[in-house]
Amino acid sequence: MTNDSGKPSTTTRRGALKTLAAGAGAASLPLWARYAQAQTSEPIRIGFQVHRTGIGAAYGRWYDRTTTAAVDMINAAGGINGRMVEILAEDDGTDPKRGAEVVEKFANQHNCDIGFGTLFSHVVIGSAPRAGELKLPYFVVSEGHHVASGMLNRYTLQPGITDVKSQVQAMAPFVSQNLGKKVTMIFPDFAFGHDHRDYFTAAIQEQGGEVVAQIAIPPTETSFTKYFPKIPRETEVVYHVMVGPAVLTFVKELGEFFGPSRPEMFGFIDSLEAVDMASPGLEFLEGTYFWEGNPRYAQTDQSEYDKLYRTAVGVDENGASVGDPKDISTYAHMFGCWETLYVIKAGMEAAGYQGPADRAKLIEAVEAITDMPHSNEHPQGTKLFNGKTHQVFGPQYISRVTDGKLIVVHTTSIEDTMYPDEVDYTTQPL
Amino acid sequence: MSDRAKTVLLHGGLLALLFALQFMLPAYHHGNLARVMVLASYAIGFNVLFGYTGLLSLGHAMFFAAGMYGMGLAVQVFDAAPALALVAGAGAGLVVSGVVGMLALRTAGVAFMIVTLMFAQAGYLTILYFGSYTRGDEGFVIQQAQRILWGIDLSDPTNRYFAAFALFASCLLITLWLVRAPFGKVLIAIRENEERAMMLGYDVFAHKLAAVIVSGTIAAMAGAVYGLLFGYVGASFASVQYSIFPLLWVLLGGAGTILGPFIGTLFMFYLIDLSSGITTAYMLVAGVALVALTLFAPQGLAGAVRKRIWRGLP
Amino acid sequence: MEIGPYLMLASLEGAVTAAVLALTAVGLSLVFGVMRVVNVAHGEFFMLGAVLAWWITSLIGGHPALGFAVALLVVPVLVGLLAAAADMTVLKRVAYDPERTIVATIGILYILQQVTLMTYGADARPVEPPFNTRLALPWVEFVGGKLQLYWPWGLSTTSYKLAVIGAAAGVLLGVWWGMTRTKVGLLMRATQMDRDMALAFGIPVERVYALVFGLGAGLAAMAAVLIVPIQQAHYLMGGDPLLLSFIVVIIGGLGSLPGTVVAAILIGLSDGIISVFFSPTLAKILATLLVALVLVFRPQGLFGVRRA
Repeated sequence: MTNDSGKPSTTTRRGALKTLAAGAGAASLPLWARYAQAQTSEPIRIGFQVHRTGIGAAYGRWYDRTTTAAVDMINAAGGINGRMVEILAEDDGTDPKRGAEVVEKFANQHNCDIGFGTLFSHVVIGSAPRAGELKLPYFVVSEGHHVASGMLNRYTLQPGITDVKSQVQAMAPFVSQNLGKKVTMIFPDFAFGHDHRDYFTAAIQEQGGEVVAQIAIPPTETSFTKYFPKIPRETEVVYHVMVGPAVLTFVKELGEFFGPSRPEMFGFIDSLEAVDMASPGLEFLEGTYFWEGNPRYAQTDQSEYDKLYRTAVGVDENGASVGDPKDISTYAHMFGCWETLYVIKAGMEAAGYQGPADRAKLIEAVEAITDMPHSNEHPQGTKLFNGKTHQVFGPQYISRVTDGKLIVVHTTSIEDTMYPDEVDYTTQPL
Repeated sequence: MSDRAKTVLLHGGLLALLFALQFMLPAYHHGNLARVMVLASYAIGFNVLFGYTGLLSLGHAMFFAAGMYGMGLAVQVFDAAPALALVAGAGAGLVVSGVVGMLALRTAGVAFMIVTLMFAQAGYLTILYFGSYTRGDEGFVIQQAQRILWGIDLSDPTNRYFAAFALFASCLLITLWLVRAPFGKVLIAIRENEERAMMLGYDVFAHKLAAVIVSGTIAAMAGAVYGLLFGYVGASFASVQYSIFPLLWVLLGGAGTILGPFIGTLFMFYLIDLSSGITTAYMLVAGVALVALTLFAPQGLAGAVRKRIWRGLP
Repeated sequence: MEIGPYLMLASLEGAVTAAVLALTAVGLSLVFGVMRVVNVAHGEFFMLGAVLAWWITSLIGGHPALGFAVALLVVPVLVGLLAAAADMTVLKRVAYDPERTIVATIGILYILQQVTLMTYGADARPVEPPFNTRLALPWVEFVGGKLQLYWPWGLSTTSYKLAVIGAAAGVLLGVWWGMTRTKVGLLMRATQMDRDMALAFGIPVERVYALVFGLGAGLAAMAAVLIVPIQQAHYLMGGDPLLLSFIVVIIGGLGSLPGTVVAAILIGLSDGIISVFFSPTLAKILATLLVALVLVFRPQGLFGVRRA
């Protein structure tokens, strides 16, 4: 059983019909010939580690759709090195133990060329040691700082999405100049939240601001109002970030707590990722600010690249599924799958990748990549890859809620997101 | 054949088979079996308390995690050598199970379940609370260089398999010896009728406490070895889910049998692994299998063997 | 915020938690008391209640109150029927053996979760409350030796939260009345006291069991319908209510309904109030240990009598 290769788990009948129609169109001769030629050789097998169940399932579904769209596009353009790309998806259950097992399955059972995917940091950290031992190139789309911190290994790379450290520190200048100097932070009491706490506190101090209170919420919590009185009266800005299924409750209760007299608010869109901005109780967010990895709403100056990417994945101008306006995508994160797959393509082409024997060459080829211009391959923006730390750097967006939509008001430069290297993976043996 | 000979043959046979499989299995299943042996050791520890003493703990993840973090923090914070770190892991399990046992054994039945569950939950939150050392839920990696035990690189598949095998074999043999020794007979007596055991003059509390400590220390040892072999220490191993797993494995395999934990762990592992290859709804398959097993093999797989084939199965 | 208003706010929040918890836990306690089995799938019936409430309210449309009212009436019945069916097809056939019931209900838990994930999906979805007004609350302070009312920043609740507390209290009174004043309640209590004797007196014990199991699940579903406008429906939301109601049932003393309610209030409030004084995660740790130690030193629960 070679698994449900590349089939989106959410195929609708209409979607299926469309695919068929597209297939018929693609059967025009020149393309067809190229297709047939490519299909004669073995496909490149990409093991896709995906959160289908567990706490990350809402993200996983959209990672799945984005991945499928990107692979379809790559294959329609002739695949990689003339070979088709085949996705072998395995559920990691959003659990580090299962994640490691899945990586073993990719390497030893499915004979995958590489592993790719997953978001939640603990799954990445639990899986990466096995990927390193099996010498399986492992491309993660996690936005954790684990790769660049030097904790992982030479076979683990994050070339398609920026890490939390650069995201967070790039926010500090905007917050202190436009919203206020006295910040209260509310974040989940686990590693992801601690990264926010540590990096933002340091960055805002550099800007002459200060964090007046840090409120860490236990990750098992489902009601939040009781913690809000810990927000000091002098607070000028509330900085909030929350993850998990209770995010909407969190934001709603924040609104109910403040009522008509709220301070400025700056949130990471994680607090509302996959949540409809028009949900009841979110009206108070009007005029507040959010970090966005990639703007959910199509902006007036939308790039060609975003247009193409958005259409390919099946997302409308409000960031919802084309078929269902209530089905909100994880737009701020999922672009990472698209971009990572194109980095893999670029790396494999540069390395002249033929098969698992060339895995080390692939790693070296990706490490040699530096500039990634804003393009169809990189619809989120221009990026800079650091081959030593295996981490990509890129622009961050700050949006203001205006008439219930997120409108970009500031785009950070890549320089704002940079920090000194903490590791040089290229010194490790392959 | 005498019971004794049969026992030796059966368990020796399993160990010999596992030893031999090392040289025959394809890479994927070779890796899986190493993992299953470590997890089965955890289940063996659980079975000492649940299957033989009749105490149902819902907090065994706390012992597993005590071992894992005892080992992991020794390596990470104090830069300890793996051998010393394993001792630290087992020691952590010994202390935690001793303290928890002293307190929790004041209760019985459902209250014991809840108390162990609560202590485990507090333990899980404690790992998150000390995030600056433990990296909370995210956990940390034990680097390959830190996993070389007496010159043996434990990240190498063959060495990993042998290490897992060594742990499993010693846990299996220790418990086999234990349940056949007078100490084990007293535990079984307590399980069957606590008051009568007390009446016969046995110190029930001391025996139960010893059972908790043996069980907790074996679980901790499994946790420490798991972290060392697979290079990762994380808080998810301390969550409620990982307290439920050994219960499930043991009940599936057959509570109060020596082989049950291994059979249950192996069965559950491949049930999930194989069904996840066929359908994304593998939890559904697992759920249906569990319901079916309770309906058709109520004593677990080894329990069914004991009932139908050999009543003397230890 | 000063300590006084903060405590009041924490207590109000605790009261909402307690109200929902009491309903869920009474459901579990009934099953536990009458049938002597641990229903690990109890939290999933809670989850189903929330998910079905979302489904019904989004089907009906119109004013949110309309859909909500229908959900409040229909959902507990649906979930109750499903649970009764599970009882008759599975639990009856394992003869209510305690250990086998645990495994079987873990199996049911997986099945319900996965089916929900496949049909309803992984997203957390909101249900609009039938009414929801923010009510700012006053506090008193001494100004120049005189008591004086003022409105502290953030001290507020919503009309819907107060309604949840009221509704839960109403349902609990109904359950108590049903158990003590009706024939069905009498049958249940008789079965609880002595199953064999009840059988001998011609009580249809099997039907009573199915009824109790359905009723327990229905109560959990009702609690979920009440809470879902405050929280959201999500396929993994059943874990917490299960653990908490377990604790409540044990602390309250097995099968004692008034004890269960008092324990729910105690746990709900202490969770809120302890969070005032410590950092959040430390507060959770302390609250958890407190519960454990209560049981260690009073294993029969606060209101139970020690069983032989």
